Order: sequence, then C-alpha cells, then structure tokens
Amino acid sequence: MANLKVIKKRISSVKNTQQITKAMKMVSAAKLRRAQEAVVASRPYADKMLGVLSSLAAREDAEGHPLLQPRGKGRALIVVLTADRGLCGGFNASICKTGERFIRNNEEEFEAYDLMVIGRKGKEYLRTRSGLNIAKVYENITGNISYSTASLIGQEIVKGYTSEQYDAVYLIYNAFRSAISQVVTVDKLLPIVPRQVEEGVHMVQYLYEPSRSEVLEQLLPKNVEVQIFRGLLESVASEHGARMSAMDSASKNAKEMIGKLTLQYNRARQAAITKELMEIISGAESIKN
Amino acid sequence: MAEKLRLELVTPYKKALSEEVDEVTAPGTLGEFGILPGHTPMLTTLKIGELSYRKGGENFHLAVNWGYVEVEDDKVTVLVETAEPADEIDLERAKAALGRAEEALRKLTSEDKDFLVMEAALTRALIRIQVAGRKSR
Repeated sequence: MANLKVIKKRISSVKNTQQITKAMKMVSAAKLRRAQEAVVASRPYADKMLGVLSSLAAREDAEGHPLLQPRGKGRALIVVLTADRGLCGGFNASICKTGERFIRNNEEEFEAYDLMVIGRKGKEYLRTRSGLNIAKVYENITGNISYSTASLIGQEIVKGYTSEQYDAVYLIYNAFRSAISQVVTVDKLLPIVPRQVEEGVHMVQYLYEPSRSEVLEQLLPKNVEVQIFRGLLESVASEHGARMSAMDSASKNAKEMIGKLTLQYNRARQAAITKELMEIISGAESIKN
Repeated sequence: MAEKLRLELVTPYKKALSEEVDEVTAPGTLGEFGILPGHTPMLTTLKIGELSYRKGGENFHLAVNWGYVEVEDDKVTVLVETAEPADEIDLERAKAALGRAEEALRKLTSEDKDFLVMEAALTRALIRIQVAGRKSR
C-alpha cells in the first residue's frame, strides 16, 4: 500500500523536527542559566542606585532637576525591548501588542509617540503597523549585553529628553520572574519619579561632595542607563525562558504526533496483512471446491 | 578595640566585595579621601581612579571607573561601573590600551568629539598600570 510509505516518511520528518526542538530547548536552558545569573547579579546595583536616588530626590525640594520635572503633553518616546530571534512563543508578540495598546490607551496623554525598538523581531512587526513612528532601531545587541551598550542607549535617551525632543520616556520589556513566567512591564524612565520615602523613617543628613545638586546631576542620567541595562538583562533571560518552554511544548507535541502516526502506520500494516491473508485463503478455498 | 567598616562594592555585573575592613581610600571627584570608622554620613561621586582598603595590616587595591560612595553608620557602599582588583589586571593589555589612547590623542585636538572619550581611556589605562604595580609590594 502506498499509504504505508507516506506515513513512514511523515514519521521520520516529525522525528527530525523533534530533534531540533529538543536541541534548541537544551541550548536555551543553558543560556537561561547564565542570563539568570546575570540578572540576579545586576539587581543589587540597580536597587541601590534607585534607593540612593530616591532618598536624594526626596530632599531635592526647591531646585528641581530637569530629569525630575514632569513636563506637558508633547512627544513621548517608547522604548520597546524585543528579541532578535523568534521561536520563543508569544514573547515578541506580547511586547509589541502591549506597546500598541499602551499608545492606544494613552492617546490623550501625549500628542505624539515615537518608538525606539530594540531587537529585530520587534522591528519586523512594528514596521508593518500603520500610524507608528519608529525613530530608532537597535539590532543584534541582545546576544552579549555589556554595560557600555546600555550606557550608549541611555545617553541617547537622556539627550533626547534634555533637548526637549521628548517629554516622557517609557520602557516596555519582559520582566523575568522565573523560567516559565515572564511579565510584560511598562516602566516610566523619564521624568524620574522618586520612590516615596515613608513618613517617620529616619532621614540621615548626608555630607555631599561636591554638592547635592552636582551629585544628583551625575546620578540621574546614570540611573537611566542602569535601568536600561537591567531591562536588557531581564529581557534576555525572559527570552531564553520563553524559548525553553516553547520548545518544550513543541517537543511534547512532536512526541504525541509520532505516537499517533505510529499507531496509524501499524493499523495500515495490519490491514494490509489481513487483506493478503484473506486473498490467500479465499484462493485456496476456491481451488478446494 | 577599634570598630570596623563594612565595605560593600557593587558593580552592574556582580557584587564584587563584601568585607569587614579598617580603612577605605577612594578617588573622589574633588580629590582622594579616606574613610575611617565613625565617619559622618556622606554621599560623594567618584572619578576614574584607585580605590584601596586596609584590612588588618594588609592593603588591597582596585582600579575603579565612574561611581559613587555612600557612607552611613560605618557601612560603606561603593557603586562603580567597573572594579578590577590589582591581581586581575592584565598589564600587557593595559599597556596596549595606553599606547592606543596616546596615539589617538596625538591626532585629535581638544575640540574633537572623541577627545574626551580617548582622554578617559588614557586615564583608565594609566590607573590600571598604576594599580597593577601595587600588587608586588
């Protein structure tokens, strides 16, 4: 039966696919571990930075720094952090969709929106959508994240803000919760909103060197860089996590499919044998008579 | 018995240090300064330079990049972009970087955009070489 050959071919093709998805899963798992370590290692730095900044900004009363001052409704910049590669489930799509939704929901807030897209996948998707203005694209930086890359992006964002090209900057990225859970997060990068210092908490009177405003002057732009850096690390860890679970379910599906096809193959084979037997028996019977 | 300082050194890549030390010397923007136990709360920015600390009779040196120091209740928190202990510095590489920076600076004038970048690279290389030289002492 020709059918037998077709099914056999199908089984071997699914097996090949399964091998690939299995391999990708292993690679992602290894990469995830490294990325996860990087995220954990970067958290103390980012947290400390934010902590000091908040206590500083809370005291900065009269002379507000430009990066702390909320501005009017003008142009907003949205930094969208996606991956360069696909095959990671809904990772890229959910980021892009959140970005679109964010703009739609906040139409009143700002007059215009610009996008800064990090990652090839985000660019490919958002480019095709109408009404979105992509100001800048960064590609192939998520492979090996260094602080200097984040710092370059951060500096550009701060420059865009201080030159009043933008009146607010948002960062949309996948925050890493665990290997199987990523949460799409929207963070306001600029103007910086200091964390509220609780009432009654003892505030230490610091000695500032050179001076408070100068310290703040240096810290605020740095904070943007640090937040970008952390966002990048979290996004990469999330990407590997998402890919790992996507590949895991792909491997499972392949296994299920192979099982079904094997059953079908065996049935067809059995049917062929039965048919042949019947032919032989009926032939023999007719000779006997 | 004299009190100790709790020194914590954090970079974006890792928590580099967490130790009990006796004295910290850091390169502040306005000049080098030392911190001893009982220091008043302070927040100051750092420039590219050499950070050293004393633990017992031993001295340790690190090359650090931009960052800041926070002192509070005998706890010294140092946040820097990079920190390299003296024994981890690749002297050959630092010397090569120094050569490159010098070469580039010769061609540039102070109005060039890259001038400041190269100048910073030069300082970094010099500091690395200086710190690397300390380990033999």
